[in-house]
Amino acid sequence: MAAVLGTLGMNLLMFLRFFFPRALYEPKTRFKIGYPSDFGFGVDTKFQNQFRIWVVRNTEGIFVISAICTHLGCTPDWKPSENKFKCPCHGSGYDPEGINFEGPAPRPMDRAHVEVDPDGQIVVDLSKLYSWPKGERSQFGDLDPGGKGGAILHV
Amino acid sequence: MPETNGHDGKPESRPAATNGHGASGGNGQGNGTNGGGNKVAALVASAKATQSRAVEEIKETIKAPEKTDLWKSVLRVKHDETPRSRALGVLSNVFLHLHPAKINRDAVAYNYTWGMGGMTFYVYITLVFTGTLLMFYYHPSKVIAFRDILYLESDVPFGKLLRNMHRWGAHLMVIMVELHMFRVFLTGSYKKPREFNWVVGVLLLVLTLLLSFTGYLLPDDQLGFWAVTVGTNMARATPLLGHQGPFGPQLGMTPFNDVRFGLLGGSIVDSNALLRAYIWHCVAIPIIASAFMVVHFWRVRKDGGISGPAPMVLESEIKEVKKV
Repeated sequence: MAAVLGTLGMNLLMFLRFFFPRALYEPKTRFKIGYPSDFGFGVDTKFQNQFRIWVVRNTEGIFVISAICTHLGCTPDWKPSENKFKCPCHGSGYDPEGINFEGPAPRPMDRAHVEVDPDGQIVVDLSKLYSWPKGERSQFGDLDPGGKGGAILHV
Repeated sequence: MPETNGHDGKPESRPAATNGHGASGGNGQGNGTNGGGNKVAALVASAKATQSRAVEEIKETIKAPEKTDLWKSVLRVKHDETPRSRALGVLSNVFLHLHPAKINRDAVAYNYTWGMGGMTFYVYITLVFTGTLLMFYYHPSKVIAFRDILYLESDVPFGKLLRNMHRWGAHLMVIMVELHMFRVFLTGSYKKPREFNWVVGVLLLVLTLLLSFTGYLLPDDQLGFWAVTVGTNMARATPLLGHQGPFGPQLGMTPFNDVRFGLLGGSIVDSNALLRAYIWHCVAIPIIASAFMVVHFWRVRKDGGISGPAPMVLESEIKEVKKV
């Protein structure tokens, strides 16, 4: 009896483990998007389809917003005439810096790690995200210890 | 001729068949040895006799097909107009035995039961049928999936009809399951001894919703893609098993090993998610749901049949009380 149960239990564990493969073929999370001089003030949507990001430059520098609504993960639309991001799924609204101001979104949209590589191009890393959870400290000004990259490029 | 022999299975017919073959063989032999004139004549005579017997058998079969062995082996029982014989007729047939041999007159009170459970099952059968036909044209992989939908809509004969039957049938099944549940609730049919079946019914409701949800992604259009994005993002917040849920991070959950990953086969809604939704939708959940349906229907019978209003007695059926 114990042997049968043990075998069945082992089989169940193997069955469950089967659904979690060891390697994935998903899009790269680290990529180059060009030189800082390519980006003017405001929101640049040219990488939305390819990498699901927006590149934004303001008076402080350049940062990259991950184009994922913090409510349930849709891609908001950039509305130039209204100067805001609007999510088509449940109506969350964000200002041009990705800070939520309307709708069900619980926090601003996350930002990706950015740094400048030796040939001067901006490298974006979506696996390192900076967020600003409600009631907590904003990570949007965080920089790497070496000062090479971080949540924002002061350029 | 051999068919008739099979029907009747009479002992006489078997030698007839062997004789038939033997006749041609004997002819060949006779020509070879030049000395079997009598033998040939005898074989021809027996072949003719076999033929006439076969004709006789065919005539009998046409006249009374219910007396052949084939008929008896398939249908078994002759049904007299007696309650016992009718019950036997129902019980000895695999399809008819799914129905009760006898039911309470009140169990067919449609204004009480709405017939909603039976109709839900009918819609489910329709969905299985149309869904299986759709599977002949659908490839569950990115880019091709949506192209197949367009192909079904515009180039496959009756493809649009089948797809719409499947889609509307799915909506209808969800609505009807809920109406059925509503009726059962309103009539108190979840009460003793039907508590267990109520629970089975709730599980069937959940399975119906899961079928609906997994089918949503399959067209791989904008509507389905974002609906499943939203739906599976909720799984992030699953307690213990989601990487954003209570105690999830403490248990080591990340976007790459939590329950959402298990559903999608990846950290994003992509080709693996489409394939997983397809398999859940077309194989796993229908099998699980069918098993629960078997239990559900069996329990209805064992719990005293379809619940109805209090049994009524017609005035003509009231027996006179004997005077002592």
